[in-house]
Amino acid sequence: MAFDAQPTRKFNVVGTRVTRPDGVDKVTGKAAYGADISAPGMLHGRILRSPHAHARIVSIDTSEAEKLAGVKAVVTGADLAMPEDADFADVAINCLARDKALYDGHAVAAVAATSKAIAKQAIRLIKVEYDPLPHVTDVDAAMKPDAPVVQEGRALENVPAGMSQNVTTYCKFGHGDLDAGFAKADKIIERSFKTAATHQGYIEPQACMASLGNDGRGEVWCCTQGQYMVRANCAAALGVEESQLRITASEIGGGFGGKTSTFIEPVALALSRKSGKPVKIVMTRDEVLKATGPTISSSMDIKIGMTKDGRITAARGELRYSGGAYPNFTVEMGAQAAFAAYDLEAVETIGWNAMTNRPKEIPYRAPGAPTAIYAVESVVDELCQELGLDPLDVRLMNAADKGTLSSYGPTFNDIGLVATLEAAKAHPHYTAPLSENQGRGLSCGFWFNFGGNTCVSLNINDDGTVGVVEGNPDIGGSRASISMMAAEELGVPYDKVRTVIADTSSLGFNDITDGSRVTFAVGLATIEAARAAIKEMCRRVAKIWDIDEDAVIWEDGCAKPAGPNAGTHPPMTLAEIAAIAGNTGGPIAGHHEVNADGAGVSFGVHLCDTEVDPETGAVKILRYTVFQDAGKAVHPDYVEGQMQGGAVQGIGWALNEEYIYGEDGRLQNAAFLDYRIPVASDLPPIETVILEIPNPGHPYGVRGVGETPIVPPLAAIANAVSRAANVRLTELPMSPPRVLKAITG
Amino acid sequence: MVRVKLWGSLRTFADGEEWVEVEASNFKELLDALAEKHPGLAPQIKRGVSLALDGVIYREAWFTKIEPENEVILMPYMVGG
Repeated sequence: MAFDAQPTRKFNVVGTRVTRPDGVDKVTGKAAYGADISAPGMLHGRILRSPHAHARIVSIDTSEAEKLAGVKAVVTGADLAMPEDADFADVAINCLARDKALYDGHAVAAVAATSKAIAKQAIRLIKVEYDPLPHVTDVDAAMKPDAPVVQEGRALENVPAGMSQNVTTYCKFGHGDLDAGFAKADKIIERSFKTAATHQGYIEPQACMASLGNDGRGEVWCCTQGQYMVRANCAAALGVEESQLRITASEIGGGFGGKTSTFIEPVALALSRKSGKPVKIVMTRDEVLKATGPTISSSMDIKIGMTKDGRITAARGELRYSGGAYPNFTVEMGAQAAFAAYDLEAVETIGWNAMTNRPKEIPYRAPGAPTAIYAVESVVDELCQELGLDPLDVRLMNAADKGTLSSYGPTFNDIGLVATLEAAKAHPHYTAPLSENQGRGLSCGFWFNFGGNTCVSLNINDDGTVGVVEGNPDIGGSRASISMMAAEELGVPYDKVRTVIADTSSLGFNDITDGSRVTFAVGLATIEAARAAIKEMCRRVAKIWDIDEDAVIWEDGCAKPAGPNAGTHPPMTLAEIAAIAGNTGGPIAGHHEVNADGAGVSFGVHLCDTEVDPETGAVKILRYTVFQDAGKAVHPDYVEGQMQGGAVQGIGWALNEEYIYGEDGRLQNAAFLDYRIPVASDLPPIETVILEIPNPGHPYGVRGVGETPIVPPLAAIANAVSRAANVRLTELPMSPPRVLKAITG
Repeated sequence: MVRVKLWGSLRTFADGEEWVEVEASNFKELLDALAEKHPGLAPQIKRGVSLALDGVIYREAWFTKIEPENEVILMPYMVGG
């Protein structure tokens, strides 16, 4: 669906900062999150987890737990089906292990009891005999041919023979003659980088309540980024038909990609099926950190050549990602994104994924891109330092633009990178003075964005209000933006529209809320649904006026006669048409189903000032500005919020957050006390500059904004810290001990 | 005929060729023709691919029309967070 040919269109609702529909409920505690759902007779579920990084499960004796008063059901992996599809099977095995525990925290059994205390007591009575196996948690170690094998036989057909069985994915992208390119360079820098796994850090732990009868009919209420995904995973894991499961998404206390998979819902359903009662499971923070997906950990080598005046002549990257104990393809996204900001004659990126004894990786905003771009932008910055060049001018000189053959294959159409860089250059932040021990860092960022499968139903109510039903949990303000686009298209006030999130039985399939897709794809479908409703309203009015349908137009929320033969009729408002819908043919609604494409890629530029304490290695963020091509910003508050949130999460990733494993392969810091996410006192105000370069693939020019903001911070901060400390930092997080070690050598 | 560009690690399964020519007028025909001409590509096609058509990325749209003059690039299936 192309951008509307209305270059002078004046928006009335879109682009304003209307009141968010969920605000009052959230600040008053009325909003119902996953753990808030209860039912009569409900049991409490609790999961027993492996204390070993890698172990064969010899036996599980549940008899003592079953005898405990109040225990109504105990389940193990044997109570779940084994789906034929590898992806579904991985989810089921991750929910409850079968023959092996693959990481510290892997679920091995679960109980349902009449109280939380009894459930907690009962899991201690389950006797699991483990045969501990050698483990590996580091990606480089996992790729060695003699590394302990996490799972056998999972490598794809394109992985070269002779590698460790942990290596499951290989990819390669690029074009041009690298040797010739590097030969033209005046300066070549080659560096290796490592980044720690980080968690999405949502405040609300996974929680669900589930009910499943022996007839195969069930219900689940849960916090998720995709109720249809939960339905599919649960149906496969329980061996029931999707039509028999109804999944309702609760309010969600953060997701950031981390709630795009299933961890507890199949377990709760299995316990419910066995006990005949509804079962609630609420994960603890310890469980969330140990057993729900963090992002990848990485090891990367980057080599870039540059001329004296700043032209990049060739670039090569090799990325080694670990997505935990299961195969995944995140490295493909990282490898494609790594050099996307640059117009390069010669570029090559190679990517590997290796399994390790860590929890299953789950996407985290722009999965794979932040780490790859951190490494690339660090080397570009170091080249600028070595050659005495302005880092922003160098990026402008090499920036991808319309007509650039991208590093991942296609030729770019209209993109906003140059405009974003120019906005950063013109901003006072870029030339503000710095003091001793302070440094300024810059980074570009890129993300693909996509659309996906989407259903929307739009109902014209008889009182002249409008109901929009969509199927994507609202993790970033989508109910407001969808209502705004419906109001804009229909020509009614925003407060006359209410958007709700449907359960899986009330609306057709929708992809997960991911890929920065919802405002783009659901918005597009909403506009089309509104246009369908408008067409029907015009048809009804044409009947009333006894004129041709083509002689009725929709303008300012009214049907009006148009054309020389339409006659003179007073406009009819939406409310007037709705009030007599029963007389003119019945209820009026519009709907639209689409697999939306044309989301349009997105670029951002981040500027960061830091101060490094040379005595402690502590880093303070002094100033931070985000510039991003957002397409049309439907609700600027939410767009700015996405930009600020990405920057803040990136600050945590860059400075403090990391999964720390001991020699025994166990996670050492499974609590927010030791896994340190940024808090308000760590942060300066995050300034934002929105550039609205219309996306030609959307009628209003909307493009995704949710993921791009987490891509540049790692490098922007690393470059600022490296300049402030006068030493190149090559490992994340840049925690005080690591920075101090770099300073003191 | 449509010329389609394969990403680097797929070329092993297409006699090392970067560009492959097949008879196709839409995405589905292109995928079918690729899998038939180079069976080694079939597992990847079955797992999922995206297609960039003149710079616009499509994930699953089988019936997206392809003209001989289009720039056609095969890409991995996009995932996000």
